[in-house]
Amino acid sequence: MTKWSVNGLLIAGSMLTLLPLAWMLSASFMQPGEASHVPPPLLPAHATLANYRELFLRAGMGRYLLNSFLVAGAITLASLAFNLSAGYAFAKLRFSGRERLFRAVLAALLVPLQVAMMPLFLLMKWLHLVNSYGGVVVPALASALGIYLVRQYARSIPDELIEAARIDGAGEWTIFLRIVLPLLKPMIVTLAVLTFLASWNDFMWPLIVLSDQAWQTAPVALAGLSREHVQDNELMMAGSVVTVLPVLLLFLLLQRQYLQGLLLGSVKG
Amino acid sequence: MSGERAAWTFVAPALFVLGVFLALPVAAALLLSFTDFDIYALANLDNLRFVGLGNYIEVLRTPLFWKSLLNTVWFVALALPLSLAVSLGAALLLNSPLVRFRGLHRTALFAPVVTTVVAVAIIWRYLFHTRYGLINYALGHFGIGPVDWLGDPHWAMPALVLFAVWKNFGYNMIILLAGLQAIPQDLYEAARIDGASAARRFWHITLPCLRPVLLLVAVITIAGYFQLFAEPYVMTRGDPLQSTVSVLYFMYEEGFKWWNLGRACAIAFLLFALILVITRVLLRLARAQDHNA
Repeated sequence: MTKWSVNGLLIAGSMLTLLPLAWMLSASFMQPGEASHVPPPLLPAHATLANYRELFLRAGMGRYLLNSFLVAGAITLASLAFNLSAGYAFAKLRFSGRERLFRAVLAALLVPLQVAMMPLFLLMKWLHLVNSYGGVVVPALASALGIYLVRQYARSIPDELIEAARIDGAGEWTIFLRIVLPLLKPMIVTLAVLTFLASWNDFMWPLIVLSDQAWQTAPVALAGLSREHVQDNELMMAGSVVTVLPVLLLFLLLQRQYLQGLLLGSVKG
Repeated sequence: MSGERAAWTFVAPALFVLGVFLALPVAAALLLSFTDFDIYALANLDNLRFVGLGNYIEVLRTPLFWKSLLNTVWFVALALPLSLAVSLGAALLLNSPLVRFRGLHRTALFAPVVTTVVAVAIIWRYLFHTRYGLINYALGHFGIGPVDWLGDPHWAMPALVLFAVWKNFGYNMIILLAGLQAIPQDLYEAARIDGASAARRFWHITLPCLRPVLLLVAVITIAGYFQLFAEPYVMTRGDPLQSTVSVLYFMYEEGFKWWNLGRACAIAFLLFALILVITRVLLRLARAQDHNA
């Protein structure tokens, strides 16, 4: 193929891929009802912030975004602590049953989470965590994928480094915090982005466990709003913009680390 | 030495979470699937009865289950080849040495993957609008009359497929791109010296070298697409004429709309078993072919 056709095809492909997102942004600034014309307008005639005002003042989107930030942030921080320590132990510490337990963790990767959802709901009800942040955060405190990724990465840490610290009399947790964590830094960033994005975008479980609007995350609330406001397209586009923007920006900022994690995660097993 | 005890303080918290909030619920789901757990049992556990395989039999006798299964299989059958083709095409283009601004294109093509399904489903619901949607507007230029994408039982599922391919192809593209970059360049050099055309190089070098990666990508994609849920939930609510009710959508309604949790567990296990069997058979077939080759 010629240089011209390769680049031409790619430019067309990229533009076509971004078109729905660009149109969402454009329509979010249109007057109510403006998008419903033939031919469909590509740009707002008179750009307005009315949809965003309506979204935050009337539809309560600020609360839902805050819920999402708190839930995704809490999951990211807590699961980092759980997965990093467990992944490191599976890679570098000796304890009985280590290999068998790790195989069990790998097996957990294959189970679709939906199978667990019905009993998990009953468990959450019993723990009084339905309709609370805890209902979403607690089951996500550790993840098989996170443990797997950390373990693979931590295996490259030289044993001599850990051994030397032990001879100097350092405790295992001191070694972990002072020596191991700094070496795991690239993996920490990767895992943090992967986890935050996945928690932010998660839909089915938050939909089940957060039926009370006050606690709903942005995607769950947005799905509810879109069922109520079928006609208010411009308003819904503004809702989509504020839901997608945080994750898109985070991805643009930490793209390299995110894609690295994606590649490592895809070759599991 | 307390090395063993120290090690356990590292793994115990994570294993506790996975045990209590994953392993235990999965085991409980199997048990629940043999009971008639419903809204009465939810109020008072005395109403719970053991029904053996009753739920499974009942589910298999429900026409909507078979419809949802057929819908889901139809979705996967359309979306899998289309996804793989688009992903591979994009990866091949990105891998070409002639490309300028490679990073920029990769970011643009990957962007839909990180977006929130619900939010972008709302966009596409409007793009598919019969009168005001951009898609029918564009098709109109080619003389194709307006298609009632989300209102016509024949077109609703293909519409969800188009949306899902747009949303997901970037993921496979990245994995395939890494696979392409791992193919030794001297293979192409040797073929070029032998005078092999670009098409022949693709068929005889690129595709065979990429086979393990393609298989991996196919397995991931199948497992993911069988879990279709948010798309019909937001875009069609399973309509028109239940043509977009997926197995998970059916499970969700059984479980959390009608509170038949026992039946919902049976549906979940049927789906899980189906995914497991299909991916296993695929891997087995691929391995058998490797032996013959």
